[in-house]
Amino acid sequence: MSPFLYDLIGLLAGVCFILSLKGLSHPRTARRGNLLGALGAGIATILVFFRSENEGRNLLWIIGAIALGVVIGVPAARKVQMTAMPQLVALFNGVGGGAAALVAIVEYMKLGENASLAVVIATVFTVIVGCVSFSGSIITFLKLQELMTTAPVVFPGGRFVIAATLAGVLGVSGWVVAALGTTPLLVLALLSLIFGVLFVLPVGGADVPIVISLLNAFTGLTVAASGYVLQATLLIIAGTLVGASGTILTRLMAEAMGRSLFGTLFGAFTAKPQIGSAAAENRPVKSGTPDDVAILLNYARRVVIVPGFGLAVAQAQHTVRELADLLSAKGIDVAYGIHPVAGRMPGHMNVLLAEANVPYEQLSEMEEVNPTFPQTDVALIIGANDVVNPAAKTTPGCPIYGMPILDVAQAGNVIFLKRSMRPGFAGIENELLFDAKTTLLFGDAKASLTKVVSALKNL
Amino acid sequence: MEAIAIISIFVLAIFVGFEVVSKVSSTLHTPLMSGANAIHGVILVGAIIVADHSETPLELGLSVAAIILATVNMVGGFVVTDRMLEMFKGKSKDGSTKSKGDK
Repeated sequence: MSPFLYDLIGLLAGVCFILSLKGLSHPRTARRGNLLGALGAGIATILVFFRSENEGRNLLWIIGAIALGVVIGVPAARKVQMTAMPQLVALFNGVGGGAAALVAIVEYMKLGENASLAVVIATVFTVIVGCVSFSGSIITFLKLQELMTTAPVVFPGGRFVIAATLAGVLGVSGWVVAALGTTPLLVLALLSLIFGVLFVLPVGGADVPIVISLLNAFTGLTVAASGYVLQATLLIIAGTLVGASGTILTRLMAEAMGRSLFGTLFGAFTAKPQIGSAAAENRPVKSGTPDDVAILLNYARRVVIVPGFGLAVAQAQHTVRELADLLSAKGIDVAYGIHPVAGRMPGHMNVLLAEANVPYEQLSEMEEVNPTFPQTDVALIIGANDVVNPAAKTTPGCPIYGMPILDVAQAGNVIFLKRSMRPGFAGIENELLFDAKTTLLFGDAKASLTKVVSALKNL
Repeated sequence: MEAIAIISIFVLAIFVGFEVVSKVSSTLHTPLMSGANAIHGVILVGAIIVADHSETPLELGLSVAAIILATVNMVGGFVVTDRMLEMFKGKSKDGSTKSKGDK
C-alpha cells in the first residue's frame, strides 16, 4: 500500500473518532457515536497490518494476542452487572495505560542509542503516566469493588512519602535521559507504579469517578506520546482527542459534584485524617414497618424518590417503578430526584432507571427538584446516603463538604430504605437519619419495596 | 515526519477535543467517558507495530502483552459503552420519551 493511501485511510479513522466523541455528547446520537468509534478503531487495526516491516514474521503471535484480548474483554463487558460497570471502565482504562507504557518500553529497547532526545522524553512521559494510570486504575477498581476500604487512606507522613516518590520519579527520569539504558527505564516504571498507588489511595470514595475520568485523560495523552515515539499520526490524533475531551469531562464532573479539580488532584498532598466519622453509633433512630411507609406514601400528595447505589445493588429498579406507577394511579405526583453522581458514577442512575423503562419525564435533575422539596410530602430515599447528607453543607472539613446535595430535609417526611446503619460510600455519618421526621426501613431495597408495594395494595 | 507537523496535529486535536464535548449533560458523562476510554484502546495499533518489528524474545513477549491489554481496552470498552447506551435506546422505543434529545 502506498504511504499516501495508508495515511489517508488513517485520517478516515481519525475523523471517525472525532464524530464518535461528538455523537456521544448527545443522547439521540450517542449509540451511533460509539459505533463510529468502534468503526474507526477497526479501520485503524486492519490498516496497521499493511505497514508490516518484516513480512509478518510475528504475525501469528500478533493475531493470537488479539484473539486472546477479545476472549477476555468481550465476555467481561457483556456479563458485567450494570452496578459493577464503573469499576470495569476503570480496569479497561488501566490496561490501556499499561499497554501504552509497554509499547514505549519495547520501542525504547529497540531504538537504544539511536533515540533522539525528543523521543526519549516522549518515552519517559509515556512510561510514567501509563504506569500511574495502570496502578491508579487498579486501586480505583479495588475501591469500587469494595475489595478495600472506600474511605480515604491517609497514613502519618503520607504526603512526604508521596513527595519523595515523585522526586524519585523525576530524578530517575533525568537518569534515563542522561544514561539511555533499559535498566533506568524499568526502575522508572516501577517507581511510577508505586506513585500511582500512593496518588489514588488518599482519594475518598465520592471522588473516585473524577479520578477515573482523570486517569482516562492521562491514558489518552500517553497514547499520543507513544504515537510520537512510533511516528504514528493516528495515535497522536486519537490520544490527544481523548486527553483533551477527558480533561474537559473531568472538569464537568468535578463541577457537578462541587469539587475543585485542583483539590481532588492534589488531595494526596493535603489530605488530613478524617474528622467526624465514627461518632454516635448507638443513637436512637425511628425505624418503621412496611405498613408505616405505605401509609405515609398513601396520604402524600407529592412524593420524590431519590435512588442511590443501594437500589442498583438490589436490582430494585423494576420494583421501584411498580411502586411509582401505583402511586401515580392514586393521583399522587411522583418524581425521581436524580443526583448527578448518585450511584458510583455520573449518570449511573439514569442508566439503571432507563433499563426499567422509567419515563424520562419523571427523572428530574437536582436543580429542578431541589426547589420543590418544601412542597413535597414524602422524600423516599432508596439506598442513597452521601447525596442527601446535610454534612455536605454544614460540616466544613468532611470529605464531601461543598458537594451539592438533594435537599430532602425540606420535605415533610423523609423515608430511608437502607440495608443497615452503615455510612455511605464516602464513609460519613448522616445526621438526617436521626432527625425526628425521618423513618427508616431496614433491609434489602428490593425486598423492602416489594413489601411496601403489597402493603400499599392492601390499604 | 517534521516536528512542526506533529506539533500542529497535536495542538489542533486538543482544540477539537475540547470543542466536541464542551456541552454534555451529566446523564451522558459515564457513557462518554467509557467511549473515550475505548478510543484510546487504539494503542493496539502501536502495540502491533512494535510486535511486528520485535526481534528478541523479551521484546516480543512485552509487545504481545501490550497487544492483549490494548485489545481488552478497545474491544471491551466499545462493548460496555454500547450496553450502557442500549438502555437509553430501549427507552425511546415506547414513544413516550421522544423529547429526551432536546434536554
